[in-house]
Amino acid sequence: MVTDLLFYLFSAITVMAAVGVVTSRNQVHSVLFLILAFFNTAALFILLQAELLAALLVIVYMGAVAVLFLFVVMMLDVSFEELRKGMIQHLPLGVFVGAVILAELVVILSGIHAPHAPAAAATIPNAQLIGQVMFTQYLLPFEVASFILLVALIGAVVLTHRRRKVVKRQIISEQLARTREQSVALVKVASGQGAQQ
Amino acid sequence: MSLSNFLYLSAILFTLGIFGIFLNRRNMIIILMSIELILLSVNINFVAFSHYMGDVTGQVFTFFVLAVAAAEAAIGLAILVAFFRNRSTIDVEEIDTLKG
Repeated sequence: MVTDLLFYLFSAITVMAAVGVVTSRNQVHSVLFLILAFFNTAALFILLQAELLAALLVIVYMGAVAVLFLFVVMMLDVSFEELRKGMIQHLPLGVFVGAVILAELVVILSGIHAPHAPAAAATIPNAQLIGQVMFTQYLLPFEVASFILLVALIGAVVLTHRRRKVVKRQIISEQLARTREQSVALVKVASGQGAQQ
Repeated sequence: MSLSNFLYLSAILFTLGIFGIFLNRRNMIIILMSIELILLSVNINFVAFSHYMGDVTGQVFTFFVLAVAAAEAAIGLAILVAFFRNRSTIDVEEIDTLKG
């Protein structure tokens, strides 16, 4: 009973936060609503006894991804009012497509016979259970996922890196290849005229 | 609290994500956030099925979805920053240089 109430509370907040993400006038508010949605979804995961994923959602999504969004929103100097122009004329199409998709999903969902009671609760902790499956049966996908993250890391750096012309860089090979003849010249300076090139 | 409750919640979140893409068609940041919402709804589906079927594979797959979503957000925002540096806008309708 209590879990039912908690489910409706968390899911109501999640849905309202999602509405806030897509309709908010201020971009920073959108990101904060996104964080709220993630947090309530983490609470729902705890209701589903998926503690490890709830913790991961809080750490990875709220701690990294949402903050990344926040940084980008605050870093870019964009007039968001300009971008909101034409929102009204996109509204009918959006409502139409959304209504069609929701109607289709509801038709499908009302037709399935979902199990009402959860399967028997696991006796070992959630993290241990996931670890046992992930590092044996799904070891290769796990490695591929880590490789995807590595590629994303390098890709993000390469995409945003720029070489500034004004900054002088040390080129060690050129420094070492310099000879005495290239850099030092012995000149005889005539009296009263100064050194000439 | 049954499986279909979670499935309906996930359907609503998915629809809101799609709706957000249509509504904010010019703002690339909101589009990326809507994609995050869609992935979140998929994750809710996976975890709910995993719980009610008593199979932990759904949670393992959610882990992979999480990793891919994080990579996608990082790359998307990097492209956004690079585009903003070149064109001083994030309007999706301005991204048409490759249009035939």
